[in-house]
Amino acid sequence: MLEVRGLSKSFGGFRAVSDVDLAVAEGEIAAVIGPNGAGKSTLFSLITGHLRPTAGSVFVDGRDVTGLAPYKICGMGLGRSFQRTNIFPKLTVLENVRAALLAHRGEGPNFWSRASRLCRGEAEVLLGSIGLAGQAHVVSGTLSYGNQKQLELGIALASNPKILLLDEPTAGMSASETHETIALIERIARERRLTLLFTEHDMAVVFSVAQRIAVMHQGRVIAHGDPSAVRADAHVRRVYLGDAPMEPRR
Amino acid sequence: MKTPATALVRRIPWVLVVFLAALTIPWIGSRYDTFLATQIAISALFAVSLNLLLGTTGLVSFGHVAYFGIGSYVCGILMKTYAMPFSIALPAAALGAAFGALVFGFFCVRLTKIYFAMLTLAFSQIIWAICFKWNDVTGGDQGLPDVPYPDLGWMSSVPLLDGLRIADQFYVLTLIVVVLSLAAIQRVIASPFGLMLTTIRENPERAASIGLNVRGYELAAFVIAGGFAGIAGALFGIFNRGVFADFVYWPKSAEVMIMTILGGIDYFWGPVVGAATLVLLNQKITSYTEYWPFVLGAVLLVLLFAFPGGIAGGLATGANWLRRKKGGPTGA
Repeated sequence: MLEVRGLSKSFGGFRAVSDVDLAVAEGEIAAVIGPNGAGKSTLFSLITGHLRPTAGSVFVDGRDVTGLAPYKICGMGLGRSFQRTNIFPKLTVLENVRAALLAHRGEGPNFWSRASRLCRGEAEVLLGSIGLAGQAHVVSGTLSYGNQKQLELGIALASNPKILLLDEPTAGMSASETHETIALIERIARERRLTLLFTEHDMAVVFSVAQRIAVMHQGRVIAHGDPSAVRADAHVRRVYLGDAPMEPRR
Repeated sequence: MKTPATALVRRIPWVLVVFLAALTIPWIGSRYDTFLATQIAISALFAVSLNLLLGTTGLVSFGHVAYFGIGSYVCGILMKTYAMPFSIALPAAALGAAFGALVFGFFCVRLTKIYFAMLTLAFSQIIWAICFKWNDVTGGDQGLPDVPYPDLGWMSSVPLLDGLRIADQFYVLTLIVVVLSLAAIQRVIASPFGLMLTTIRENPERAASIGLNVRGYELAAFVIAGGFAGIAGALFGIFNRGVFADFVYWPKSAEVMIMTILGGIDYFWGPVVGAATLVLLNQKITSYTEYWPFVLGAVLLVLLFAFPGGIAGGLATGANWLRRKKGGPTGA
């Protein structure tokens, strides 16, 4: 479904991402982990077209999308959420989702209808599924941090993606918020049969949710496979997992 | 929840109310009042067209006067040199200005923030230089004096309008054109297209990730804003009885930006309020003192600190405060 071959990105002399190969099958939940600065966010930006790779290719559903503009890649069914919260802060929650729905439907160039009369039902269903139905008319910038992250997920889902890339969906959340958000993401991914690729700091979350894990270190993928294989990998233990608990928390 | 009163306030077609109120000026005011009202109406359209970029799309254009100027010259040249009727010259002015915005905007939207602003300024200076030097067509530094009034003979057959002076009749025509333009801009802002522009203002990176071609939308906004600025320019050339190169000079861009920000960029009516305020202040203060720019600077300073949202922002805050004081639920 999503395939990356020999992807590299250099900034000046610094190789942020170096010769990365990665494949995520349809309906699979995959995670990229690695210490800060390992190149995870850069990798995501290369896949979504926000950065142009120095070398290598990206395939979405078998089609080469390398170097295409983000809006074109988005149109091919690849949705994204960002590490820094990335919503439209002065718009209401409903308007955030409505804008994404209208954009996905190609209604953007329509300059004569009234936007406030369109997509009502769909927007409400979507807000319900991400748990923000009660806050439709709240200015989104005033939401709590956790709710903003939920809204961001909603914006990504509005374009009805086949593949969803989530960059640290629980960054900065409390333990209980993390738990709720991950449960929400897992449920939505199952319901919509999404292919999911995410990065995450919390190892317990990664090892309990992901079916496949790639470990990045200094721009390279040093290991990938199912959770048990990654957990057993000696190299991974040495450079990254270190003394961290190897068993998922119960 | 909205109170019935707020819902009612929202349902009033404000454009129509303002139009009808402004329409009475030739009958209840002096000749000079009509003069001021015409100037306010034209400035208001110019400022609202700028605000489509500034407030709605988040694009800071320092060269919006270029499209105002193109509109002025196209309309003035067609009406004076080629004796075309207003009904052809006005649409031609709008199209000419929109075309200019398309060509210049194509380059401008490739830059962001201050570089975008600088490039819009550079293009407007190019337009100014052309207008100033192309003697055969624009009249160069002499300008294009004596642009004729449109043929308003038809107004003589309309009851009530038949007794008006030509300047008053032109005011009525201006008001009709301005109000129709404002209604169209308001409709565009409320459309899905307008919503997309606000997402670009809020977060261009995110807007690209919901599938928007950000540059394309910015260019479209630039063209629409330019076209309406052209309409304002066309009206102003006739109102001023001549088109001159300083219509296109950069201080005019600053003036319309001051109107827009003074009134409040977050509100549709903000720039209209700003235009009225600035024109009236200018007129009042210049009759007392020659230090008008000094007073203007002081007024702006106070307003910007007291009401960061402009006059309209200040009024909205005040209205919310009153509503809360009465104990009623607040509006959005």
